[in-house]
Amino acid sequence: MTAFAAVLSRDLRLTLRHGADTLAALLFFVLTAALFPLAIGPAPETLGRMAPGIVWVCALLAALLPLDRLFGADFEDGSLDQLLLSGLSPAAIALAKAIAHWLVTGLPLLIAAAPLALMLRMPDVAMLALLAGLLPGTMLLSLLGTAGAALVLGARRGGVLLPLLVLPLAAPVLIFGVAAADAASGDLSPRPHVLLLAALLAAALPLCPLAAGAALRSAVE
Amino acid sequence: MLQASGLAAFRGERLVFRDLDFALEAGGALLLTGPNGAGKSTLLRLLGGLLRPAAGTLTWDGADALADLPAHAQRVAYVGHQDAVKPALTAAENLGFAARLTGGAVHDALEAVGLEELADLPARMLSAGQRRRLALARLVLSRAPLWLLDEPTLGLDAASVQRFGSMLEAHRAAGGLTIAATHLPLPVAEAEELALLSTPPPLAGGGWGEGAAGPLPPPLNPLPHGAGE
Repeated sequence: MTAFAAVLSRDLRLTLRHGADTLAALLFFVLTAALFPLAIGPAPETLGRMAPGIVWVCALLAALLPLDRLFGADFEDGSLDQLLLSGLSPAAIALAKAIAHWLVTGLPLLIAAAPLALMLRMPDVAMLALLAGLLPGTMLLSLLGTAGAALVLGARRGGVLLPLLVLPLAAPVLIFGVAAADAASGDLSPRPHVLLLAALLAAALPLCPLAAGAALRSAVE
Repeated sequence: MLQASGLAAFRGERLVFRDLDFALEAGGALLLTGPNGAGKSTLLRLLGGLLRPAAGTLTWDGADALADLPAHAQRVAYVGHQDAVKPALTAAENLGFAARLTGGAVHDALEAVGLEELADLPARMLSAGQRRRLALARLVLSRAPLWLLDEPTLGLDAASVQRFGSMLEAHRAAGGLTIAATHLPLPVAEAEELALLSTPPPLAGGGWGEGAAGPLPPPLNPLPHGAGE
């Protein structure tokens, strides 16, 4: 447990030092979402209807941005060897990385989503459903992204490969997340969609770190 | 204490060494020598559990060492040819992770390598030799009985080499094992030597990377089939 906390705090400290990298994902999210009203036009009914989709797609892409450095820097400077020799199982290391990714990317995206939804004229009921979906959704993206980042580690075109690998896996997250917000704005219950996201999270929580751990082991060989 | 028999390893498609046997008792030191690409670094990574042997066994106190890798990792302190130093963190913060794992004192470790004055300097300001010393300071923090060192004194000045020598001596006096790959003379007394050859098969270029750059001579003897991956 001490080792797990040590890995997590080390990662958080490193991300804070590289503040610009961390802010980049958030800025990307806000800026791309802010472009949509300019492109589509400011009519409230069109924007409001498209808002859940806009927020979700932008959040998904923003969460992908910091992924190639998630293990990449540690892999290149030899720190990954030291992490694997810390006595933690590789799966635990991957889980710590996923939690760190969520804390510095997923959580800020979740917080920024509310004012963004407001800006896009999303109805109030839909906004609550959107945030309820984003909470397990961003966690899922962190877990899937960690597994993807570990898998492409050491590959020559890792940065290109990563979205190709993660985006198909993230498609269900996108579908159920947007469906939850759409259901709420159509006076239906968003509950089944949010529950499905929670079920996906329950499956990904053990599986993604295990897959990422196995990938880390083979990456250092 | 540590016993290896019949070890063999591949890098990519190439067999770098095979049929490697050695044994090391408490307080022992083993120097790995041999030309570039003979598999010194590969052997160190194998002994640390970072790389799976293609054949052979490694035992620690009679039990299979590589059966439980996280447990084996507790026995190992590894200094690779990369320093694993984060440029954005200060020297002291760089050691903080290792210190939290073992509960050692960062200041003592920095003092052991003569870096206590630079504790609060970002590691990007350190010279290559100072960074190497920072990597060696991790050994002081670790309580692991087996030190695996890959060119530990590369880039060190004479005074630092001497300080490293006394670190090694203290480690061996406490019953620790040392295995080091080196081309430079190390400040270590009564060490055994294991010479790795650049044989089976004859290779052009280094042992690292994917595929040698130049045209490869055809292997003299075909690779043994079923010898692992």
